[in-house]
Amino acid sequence: MIGLSHYLILSAILFSIGLVGVIRRKNLLMLFFATEIMLNAANIAFAALSSYMHDMSGQIFAFFIIAVAASEVAVGLGLLILIYKKNGSLNLDDYTMLKG
Amino acid sequence: METFAFYFFALLISALFLVTVLSQNILYAMTSLAAGMVLISGLFFILGADFLGVVQLIVYVGAVMALYSFAMIFFDALHSVKEKHSNPGLTFLLGGLSAVLMVVIFAAPEIGKNVKALYPIPAGVSNPQAVGEILFTKYLVPFEVAAIMLLVAMIAGIILAGRKMENSLSKIQDSELEQSSQKDNQ
Repeated sequence: MIGLSHYLILSAILFSIGLVGVIRRKNLLMLFFATEIMLNAANIAFAALSSYMHDMSGQIFAFFIIAVAASEVAVGLGLLILIYKKNGSLNLDDYTMLKG
Repeated sequence: METFAFYFFALLISALFLVTVLSQNILYAMTSLAAGMVLISGLFFILGADFLGVVQLIVYVGAVMALYSFAMIFFDALHSVKEKHSNPGLTFLLGGLSAVLMVVIFAAPEIGKNVKALYPIPAGVSNPQAVGEILFTKYLVPFEVAAIMLLVAMIAGIILAGRKMENSLSKIQDSELEQSSQKDNQ
């Protein structure tokens, strides 16, 4: 029988996969993908808690997370397009202008 | 049956997201991310959150991933991504440690045993109706704030991505293009 902890462990594993992506990736677009994975992992945990605690709040918060993710993608992709038009690269190693 | 479905979805989602994180090709990463999101909506349907599953399909797979794929027009997606990793061992160590830490935290005996449901799921009501009743009464103000946030994001996206788009490339004559490219070369 599948319990709450199964879903929470799956969510933790997916969040760790996203975190590894954020640590490891050097391409800005791939960093965006990794953050999407982390947001989805949080959504799974919210939905599982909502179902096993018999509380609707978890699902409502998952909706708000989805809204935040949608607006993040809209603004972030606009900025990515601008920065790619300007410099022709999405590699983070090309953007180390703040180095002392 | 539920057990089988859960393990099926969990294994496929983990594998697809690992492809997203480890692949060198942007198109492979994007496709596997979209597939993983479709399967996550399956988990929501198992959990009884029908409306959330449909929203996941429409918003994440239909809107967010479609936006990413349209943005591929602007980026160079054919070449594989070249990334220089100065210390891959450290990444694996940090990632593994954080994974173990999070699994231990989530698998630990629950601290909140006396958690009470603030807005319990109403009985005898379908899931979309229950979501609507709570979203439009208890969470009305956050809902409106989220609407304003989405409006701001839409305007920001249009302004940021649509800059310098008023002169269409298809209406420029070839001679003008050659002149401008000669100018750039000089």
